[in-house]
Amino acid sequence: MSNATRINRIKDRAFKYIGLFCTLFGIIVLAIFLIDILIKGIGRIDWAFLSSLPSRIPERAGILTAFVGTIWILILTAIIAIPIGISAGIYLEEYGKKSRMANLLEINISNLAGIPSIIYGLLGLEIFVRIMHLGNSLIAGALTLSLLILPIIIVATREAIKTVPKSIKEASFGMGATKWQTIRQITLPAAAGGILTGIILAISRAIGETAPLIVIGALAYVPFTPESPMDEFSVLPMQIFNWISRPQKGFAINAAAAIIILLAITFVMNGIAVYLRNRWQKKIRW
Amino acid sequence: MKTKEKVIEFGLGLSALITILTTVGILWVLLVEAFSFFGKVSIIDFLTDTQWTPLFDEKHFGILPLVAGTLLTTFIAVLFALPIGLTIAVYLNEYAYPGFRKTIKPILELLAAVPTVVYGFFALQVVTPFLQSFIPGLAGFNSLSAGLVMGIMIIPLISSLSEDALYAIPKSLKEASYGMGATRFQTAFKVMVPAATSGIVVSVILAISRAIGETMIVAIAAGQQPRLTANPLVPIETITTYIVQVSLGDVPQGSIEYQTIFAAGITLFIFTFTLNSVSYWIKKKFQEKYE
Amino acid sequence: MHILEANGINAYYGTNHVLKNINLQIKPHTITAFIGPSGCGKSTFLRMFNRMNDYIDGFRKEGEIIIEGNEIYNKQVRVEDLRKQVGMVFQKPNPFPKTIFENVVYGLTIRGEKDKKKLNEIAERSLRQAVLWDEVKDSLKKSALALSGGQQQRLCIARALAVEPSIILMDEPASSLDPISTAKIEELILQLKEKYSIVIVTHNMQQAGRISDNTAFFYMGELIEYDETSIIFTSPKHDKTQSYVTGRFG
Repeated sequence: MSNATRINRIKDRAFKYIGLFCTLFGIIVLAIFLIDILIKGIGRIDWAFLSSLPSRIPERAGILTAFVGTIWILILTAIIAIPIGISAGIYLEEYGKKSRMANLLEINISNLAGIPSIIYGLLGLEIFVRIMHLGNSLIAGALTLSLLILPIIIVATREAIKTVPKSIKEASFGMGATKWQTIRQITLPAAAGGILTGIILAISRAIGETAPLIVIGALAYVPFTPESPMDEFSVLPMQIFNWISRPQKGFAINAAAAIIILLAITFVMNGIAVYLRNRWQKKIRW
Repeated sequence: MKTKEKVIEFGLGLSALITILTTVGILWVLLVEAFSFFGKVSIIDFLTDTQWTPLFDEKHFGILPLVAGTLLTTFIAVLFALPIGLTIAVYLNEYAYPGFRKTIKPILELLAAVPTVVYGFFALQVVTPFLQSFIPGLAGFNSLSAGLVMGIMIIPLISSLSEDALYAIPKSLKEASYGMGATRFQTAFKVMVPAATSGIVVSVILAISRAIGETMIVAIAAGQQPRLTANPLVPIETITTYIVQVSLGDVPQGSIEYQTIFAAGITLFIFTFTLNSVSYWIKKKFQEKYE
Repeated sequence: MHILEANGINAYYGTNHVLKNINLQIKPHTITAFIGPSGCGKSTFLRMFNRMNDYIDGFRKEGEIIIEGNEIYNKQVRVEDLRKQVGMVFQKPNPFPKTIFENVVYGLTIRGEKDKKKLNEIAERSLRQAVLWDEVKDSLKKSALALSGGQQQRLCIARALAVEPSIILMDEPASSLDPISTAKIEELILQLKEKYSIVIVTHNMQQAGRISDNTAFFYMGELIEYDETSIIFTSPKHDKTQSYVTGRFG
């Protein structure tokens, strides 16, 4: 074996281990972090923590208002963003093909997906909070977050529709179905798994967002649980941010405990999304 | 039935139009408020003054310290994430067993799904104390730990998109290299990575753009002191943090302080818009090449 | 009396002239085969009969197609109704990712038929006609994708039969099937002749010879020869037809 070959083989072996190390690095860091959070926060989670209002005294403070706010935001954002996102996705994939308008829409959506979330906050502040006089309300927050996640839902819808074979759409047209009947009865059911995966990931993104809600004036301290979409609100990430910013150690523990809850929600949603994606990919074999 | 079809198409088109309205809305909001701002502050001062103190009595409106803070944290993040992300991409594409690759990718993507406020907590409560144990001069708020944690967040962005780019290279190219007796390492770095350059560049640009716009990690862990410095050990302030700082306070609408967040916002927008456009352009060119 | 008449048909994809002045009549309750080398325009012509080319960008046509007395490209004709009258079976089996039952009654449900009893009756009748009933009667609620390729194609035929068309277009319906499934489909097509008029595009010369009454030979967008199948295969008037059916090119 020549010297050069030997060196090459050593490099090859070495890279194999470096690669494995790098791949595991992120996961190890994530694990360290999760363990750290669990150690700090798990002891704080009890019924009182889940059912108490915020307080200036860390030991008495709870996440009730923030948790209820997050559920509100989740539902409202889903109601607003899902129909619009799917509709826009269908339009781009099935109707607006090849026109100049479609091209413009496509560039625009790819651009929207790259705009920092805090800028959506500035948009929401001016349009929803000030001009539409919705104030620092749940609905203003949900509208802002809906705009933020629309590109994700639209792209997921388009990708899912793309996987539906042309042959079955043709079969439907051949039976005398109209375009909308074909979309409604054939294309959408066949693409549902992919669309659903995208929706869950998008909603999970929305409930983890903090920055745009800070900008539109979501409050860190809300002494009551919101009861209508026009009420002021807090959400879990806001509550966590607020607790992190405080010097007392008790609040850091509260933050860790609230993070456990938020991560549990996020990870469950992501888990469902991944599961659905795998199942859907397996099931659909044309 | 014809009418029904038309109505549905119209409704769907209207939904798609909302995305255009969003862009128009963002531009309009930023431009209107920034326009009033630049009525009071000269754009030359904005671009050249080295101090940013709009909330003090003696006001300075130089955006440079905020830009510097943003670029510093971004630089640290990308410097950290790029080698790791690219190595992961090559490893998963060239070395890893398909089963391993399939399991590991969703887990890596979980890194990008963690809410950023959670990363902020991590930076402030774990990484900074850890770094302080061997970097004595490290302040409680600093761009180093914020940047590193941001780097962890963008690793999956780089690894995932770069891996897609490597995956898209025709298998024949890889086989040709093996056929010449090249090792996997040589094949990866002499054939595959060069062939996938544009896709990898796109992933890096998107990662930079993401880091520039990231808010919560820096707002929590990097400080709120606008400072024109390249020192990663001291508190700084990024553009995004400044917007958060003002939003948390009680600034009256129409005041110059209120308008500063839009001036900061439009600066941020220009940065990310430019980067996104460049990446979109490269992506389009790249697609044509392989289709 | 003809069930279908094509008069002076020219068709274009963009600037590409794909059908050149075609005139052809089809009698009811016959099987007509379109043969010819790839790209000769036979599929394009077939797909004009139920206007499946409408969706193709740059498609343009001249001339008229009259089916049961109506010009089908007339503005008053709704393409959805035309396709109820003229059914289609495609090259590859393309069942919907739905149950077998839902597949068969699709053409009825999209036209608003909700009567469960009627749907059941029609499903059974169509599946019987397609000689699939005995194989699937116990699994109507199962996914159509679980069927074999040949069964899927017969399901697609049943689906087309369910709306009681007068003409059924078949675009190489057996080309993706194994010989046994192909034989079944051919047998089925012969049975269907009693009630329907069938136009079939095929690459398989023996198939055309076995099942069709009349054969049309297309070459480079032109209808070279159209006659009784026995004449086309034994004593064609054209040299081109002669060399194609004897396998000298194609």
